[in-house]
Amino acid sequence: MSLDGAIAVHRFGLGARPSEIERASHDPKAWLLSQINAPAEAPAALDGSPLKSGGALVVEMLQYQRDRAMERRNGAGGDPVKTFFKVKAQEFADELAARYAHGFTTDRPFAERLVWFWSNHFVVSAQNPRATTLVGAFEREAIRPHITGKFEDMLLAAAAHPAMLLYLDNAQSIGPRSRAGEFTGKGLNENLGRELMELYTLGVDGGYTQNDVIAMAKILTGWSLDRSGANNGFAYFENRHEPGDVRLRGRTYPPTLDGGMTAIRDLAHDPATARHIARKLATHFIADDPPKDSVARLEKTFNDTGGDLHALARAVVDDANAWKPGPGKMRTPVEYVTAGYRLLDLPKGDTAEKQVRGAVAATRLMGETPLAPPAPKGWPDTSDAWSGPDAVLTRIEWAQQVGQKMPPGFDAAAIAELGVGPLLQPATKIAMAQAESQSDALALLLSSPEFQRR
Amino acid sequence: MTTRRSILQTMAAAGALAAWDTPLRFAFANVPTERRLVVVILRGALDGLALAPPHGDKDYAATRGVLALSTSGTNPLHDLDGFFGLHPSLNTVKAMYDAKQVVVCHNICSPYRERSHFDGQNVLETGGTGPHVLQDGWLNRALAPMGLGDGEHALAVAQTPPLLLSGPERVTSWMPATLPTPSEAFLARVQRLYASDAVLSASLTSAIALQNQAHAAMDDPAARKPGATGAYGDLTPLFSGAGKLLAAADGPRVAVLDAGGWDTHFNQGANDGQLARRLQAFDQGLDAFKIALGPVWSKTAIVVATEFGRTVRPNGSNGTDHGTGGAALILGGAVNGGTVRADWTGLGGAALKDGRDQPARSDLRALFKGLLAEHMGVASVALNSKVFPDSANVEAMRELIRA
Repeated sequence: MSLDGAIAVHRFGLGARPSEIERASHDPKAWLLSQINAPAEAPAALDGSPLKSGGALVVEMLQYQRDRAMERRNGAGGDPVKTFFKVKAQEFADELAARYAHGFTTDRPFAERLVWFWSNHFVVSAQNPRATTLVGAFEREAIRPHITGKFEDMLLAAAAHPAMLLYLDNAQSIGPRSRAGEFTGKGLNENLGRELMELYTLGVDGGYTQNDVIAMAKILTGWSLDRSGANNGFAYFENRHEPGDVRLRGRTYPPTLDGGMTAIRDLAHDPATARHIARKLATHFIADDPPKDSVARLEKTFNDTGGDLHALARAVVDDANAWKPGPGKMRTPVEYVTAGYRLLDLPKGDTAEKQVRGAVAATRLMGETPLAPPAPKGWPDTSDAWSGPDAVLTRIEWAQQVGQKMPPGFDAAAIAELGVGPLLQPATKIAMAQAESQSDALALLLSSPEFQRR
Repeated sequence: MTTRRSILQTMAAAGALAAWDTPLRFAFANVPTERRLVVVILRGALDGLALAPPHGDKDYAATRGVLALSTSGTNPLHDLDGFFGLHPSLNTVKAMYDAKQVVVCHNICSPYRERSHFDGQNVLETGGTGPHVLQDGWLNRALAPMGLGDGEHALAVAQTPPLLLSGPERVTSWMPATLPTPSEAFLARVQRLYASDAVLSASLTSAIALQNQAHAAMDDPAARKPGATGAYGDLTPLFSGAGKLLAAADGPRVAVLDAGGWDTHFNQGANDGQLARRLQAFDQGLDAFKIALGPVWSKTAIVVATEFGRTVRPNGSNGTDHGTGGAALILGGAVNGGTVRADWTGLGGAALKDGRDQPARSDLRALFKGLLAEHMGVASVALNSKVFPDSANVEAMRELIRA
């Protein structure tokens, strides 16, 4: 076991499964890179049933809207709203459960970390009732296939996914001078146009103007949902598209679907985007306030490769600053709980179903529900967001609960050696040896700074 | 300000059975006994001299120093017989003692003579002669002789059955559905771990301060509603929930409760402080337990034991370190109580083991065997061979249970 092996597993991965540090220690960088030679796997539902595609979910959603309209006109019947959202909440819970369970056991934890990173970049939040049903499909369809592909492809997949079109209201955006606009009197919705630049590409200080936002919104008019579910639920409606060429950041785009796709690809290749993504990635893997030279290297890689995400991931792995020992960033709640589950090779004494539900409930108490952040900005990616008094105390309570749930006969010190290894601090070792019980020793390990951080 | 935490605490204080998730389904079966046997393990090594202070011993005040309890002043100890007493926090236990429902045992310990919690608990729970000699718990091995090995009548009030109740016979378990509240001692340990981490340390310090404020608010008599229990939270829901389960006619007959937080190396306190609060939580838990049991209380015997005692003298940080002999309690409506059983040899230097610990003058297995025999009707053959192998020389205590 080497220190670099342990850093690879904890800082770049999801925490050590049994013998994972040992496997990584051979050649930590090679171990990480071997995980990103292919798109990320999709998680499987706990009960083995297939998870629904974006297209299928769009069909259900639009059908529901028609049913509801009909019910209202008839003024009778049941309450399709309640039933529908109850079903949808359950579907979201199932998606979350599948995602958690995948994190607990995957042999490609670095790939999964990249999925989580990009999902928290291209945010669709389940907190928005229209998107609740679709967030899982969004991650499976727009994020997972592209983590080692091109940034522009992921961006396009995200922008054209029905989840995004619903979440940021573009499905309803209509060019005011389009045929549909003149007929209905409806107009632009700037939401997706703005976030596409502010959050997903250029960044808030990326030098765009309100005119650029309006231009982007016009470019995106007509991007909406396919009622039949074809094209995975995406449709382009020419009659909603604002007529006329649009100028954006010095270029001109024709009023077509291709014109819009070109505009989005151009944003993906903008130098401001490279800077924005480089900083976010460095913040995620290296430090809350990442070293300038690391950001610069990632930015250069992004520019040099035209936004090749595999090259970018590789550049993070190759960055010496990412391998510095010592206290790293606070794990986010889902990273923390996942690391705990991996350390124990799943906590014993509960069914798989209960384990996952317990983990989801615990992260929620610690302040995070993945895929359901309060705003399109996503969950915060800095330590201070997760280390408030109540959050820290909740983590300690959870650590105690996990310790208490373990069936007797385990050896906490052995678990620490195997799963934290070279990162284990002497103070933790001593405290564990003096603990009142094996359960408490394990709880101390899970509470320790070296386990809270990565 | 209403926080999640204060809501949880309010819920806990409000009676806790909101968290009642009854995973247990008891079939109406012929249960072989009406009696209830409950084992409470106090993990971390409870200081027996704080639980049951020998205030009449001539060396008591001098050897205990800052930890000595007094029969006078504010918050005095409860005197039992002019020589032994009970900690001031133990109002419920004192009332039970006066009703002749408590036996206090002193200078008692398992056969374990080293000072590791893990190994000490292993011996306490397996009933072996040393750590890891036996692989399962003595109470599990006693289930078949009691006729309770069907998986329905032995209850672990824990997330997972502890070693004491683990073994070949099936048992069930139940826990209130909330995250556990860490004890002050555990939080103090975590806080020391955080000494090197400014962020975690600051957050935990402020969380503990908030918790203390909540405790103080609950201590304020004006804020306490009549009949409310559970000022210190986490043991009352446990005891109260377990009591309700045990009270059922076809419910469990044997139960194990587990309560940590007794490893008081730092600032143990005397009639006030960390240990006093933990004992109060325990005392209130017992009160809730008795109430929940209702008429079944008269058929109940509870044994309270810990892995070993603590040093007689305070250490350098006003706490106590791991020792040998300690105290145990037997309580319940079925108990033949109102007595202290101690082969007392004093607290003077020569009487102490290794010059520091209370000696072990009696064996906890004798107490357990006595209860299993008199209360649950387990034959001595089974006790000496199956339940506590190699214990024929350890004679069961007698007259623990009301005739």
